Amino acid sequence: MSLSVRLQHDLPHIKLDLSFDAPSGVTVLFGRSGSGKTTVVNAVAGLLKPASGRVSVDGWELFDTEQGLWLPPYKRRLGYVFQEGRLFPHLTVRQNLSYGRWFAPKGARRENPDKVIEMLGIGHLLDRRPAGLSGGEKQRVAIGRALLASPRLILADEPLAALDDARKGEILPYFERLRDEVSVPILYVTHSAAEVARLATSVVALQDGKAVRHGPASEVLADPSVAPAGIRAVGAVLQVRVSKHHADGLTELDAGGTSLFLPRIPHKIGETLRIRIPAQEVILSNKPPEGLSALNVLSGTVDTIRAGDGPGAIVSLQTTAGPVLARITRRSVDALGLQTGMQCYAVIKTVALAPHDVGGRVNQS
Amino acid sequence: MGWLGPDELEALRLSLRVSFWATLVTLPFGIFVAYALARWRFPGRQVLNGLVHLPLILPPVVTGYLLLLTFGLQGPLGRVLAEVGIVFAFRWTGAALAAGIMAFPLMVRAIRLSIEAVDPKLEQAGATLGAPRLMVFATVTLPMILPGVIAGAILAFAKAMGEFGATITFVSNIPGQTQTLPSAVYAFLQVPGGEAAATRLVVISIIIAMGALLLSEFIGRRVAARVAGS
Repeated sequence: MSLSVRLQHDLPHIKLDLSFDAPSGVTVLFGRSGSGKTTVVNAVAGLLKPASGRVSVDGWELFDTEQGLWLPPYKRRLGYVFQEGRLFPHLTVRQNLSYGRWFAPKGARRENPDKVIEMLGIGHLLDRRPAGLSGGEKQRVAIGRALLASPRLILADEPLAALDDARKGEILPYFERLRDEVSVPILYVTHSAAEVARLATSVVALQDGKAVRHGPASEVLADPSVAPAGIRAVGAVLQVRVSKHHADGLTELDAGGTSLFLPRIPHKIGETLRIRIPAQEVILSNKPPEGLSALNVLSGTVDTIRAGDGPGAIVSLQTTAGPVLARITRRSVDALGLQTGMQCYAVIKTVALAPHDVGGRVNQS
Repeated sequence: MGWLGPDELEALRLSLRVSFWATLVTLPFGIFVAYALARWRFPGRQVLNGLVHLPLILPPVVTGYLLLLTFGLQGPLGRVLAEVGIVFAFRWTGAALAAGIMAFPLMVRAIRLSIEAVDPKLEQAGATLGAPRLMVFATVTLPMILPGVIAGAILAFAKAMGEFGATITFVSNIPGQTQTLPSAVYAFLQVPGGEAAATRLVVISIIIAMGALLLSEFIGRRVAARVAGS
C-alpha cells in the first residue's frame, strides 16, 4: 500500500469527508470542479490544514490530527505539479529544475538530472526563463522540477487544464513515462475522463466531497451513476495491442481477437495500449451489421441495461475485448428488444476514437 | 565643491551621513514590517499599520517631541541606552533616528507594494519543494521584490535628506553635530546676508530630491516587469 488518506474538512459549499487507500502507481482523483479534489491535494501537500484526518505515504506519516502530528509542507518531501506551473520567473529553467535538489536530504533517492531532462525533452530550454516558454514547455519543466526534488509522492493538480488539446497530447505521454519508468507514486487530479483512462492505476471518484467510488479506471468510468464529469465521461477502457499500420493511414489494433481500426497513431507494433471508447459514440445492432461505413464492430452479449433519468440508457456488452458501453435511447432499447444475455453488436466509428483517448504503453498489472 | 562654504559643506556631509545610516539601519525593519503587513493576518495588524504611518500624518514637531520624551537624556529609553553608551540626544545619531522614523512609512509602503505583487502561490511552490520559510523568502520573495526594496530605500534616503521638523525638535540645530542640510538652510535664513548660502543649499536639495525620485521611479517600473518574469 502506498498512499493512505483520511480527511474531514468543512469547505464553504461542501463537507469534505473521505478516505481511501491507494496502491502504488497513479491514483487519479476524478471529479467535477467544486467536488473537493484540490482541497484533498492541498491537505496532502500541507498547504491547507484540514479539521481532522491522517495521511501517510508508504507508511510515512505526513499528518495525523489525532496524534497532533503536522509536518510543514517543506518537510513532506513531495513534488507538486501545479495547474499553472508556478515556475519561478526570476530563475532560469536550469535553476528552477535544481531548486528542490538544494533542499532534498543528502541520503534521498535521486533522479539523474540528465536523464530527467532528456526524458522531458527540455535540454534546449535550460538557459531560458519561464516567461519565454510555451504552456506545454512550462509544464514539462514543472514536472522535472517536482521530480528532481527527490519526492516520495508526486502531486499533480489538473496539470493539463490550462493547456489546449494539442498541448495536452504533448504532455500526457510524459506522465505515462513517469508512471512507467519512475517508481514514484503519483496523486493526479483531473475532471477529464480521457486522462483517467490513460493514466490511472486506480481512480477515486469524488462527488460533493465524498469518495463515491474507488477502483480501476475501467470500472469507475463504466458506472454512469458516479461518472463525475457527466454522462459524456461514461465509456469503456479497453486494453489493446498494436497489430499493423496500414498504408491508407489507419492503424489496426487487436482487442481480444477482434480488429479495431483508428486513425494512424505513432505507437510501435506490438505495444500494449489503453483506449477509451466513449459510450455515446457507440451504436448497437441486434443483427450483424452490413452496409455500414463504420469499420469497428465488436460482438458480445448484453450484460446490463441501466436506464437514466432522461430518455437515455447505458447498455453494457460483454465482448472478447472486454466490457463495452453504449449510450442509446430507451426507445431504442425497446425497439431492439434488448435483454440481458442477448447477442448484440457494438459499432464504433473509426474517427470517434480520438487520439487523446489513446494511451501510451501500459504496465501489465 | 569649491563654491560651497565650510559650514555648508559640513551640513551636506552630515546630511549624507545621517541619511545613509538612517536608511541602512531601518531597511531590515522596513522589509520585515512590510512583509508582515502584506502577508500575515494577526491581531493588531491595523494598529501596526497605523503606527507605521503615524510619522507621515503627525506634525513633524510632534514626532520630534515624542522622540525627545522617549530618547532624551531624561526619557525612559534614553536613560537605559545611555548606560550602555548609546546616546541620541543632541548627537548626529539622534538626527539619524529622527530621519529614519520619518522616512519609515515611505519605505514600508514601497516595499509592501512590491511584496503584494508577488504571487503567494510561488512561495507555496517553494515550500512544497522543501524550502523552509526563511529560505523561501531568501530565494523566491526577496529576489522578486529587490527592485521595490531599492526603490523604497532611495525614497527613504531622499526623505531623510529633507527631514527638518522632527530633527530640530529632537536634537536641535548644532553646527557639525546636528545641523543637517535643511537645518542649515533655516539657520542661514535667520542671519542677514545668509541668503546666498541658503540658495546654494536649496539647489543641492532640489537636485538630490529630484534625482532620488527619478531613480526610484525608474527602478519601480522594473518591479512589474521582473515579477512578470520578462
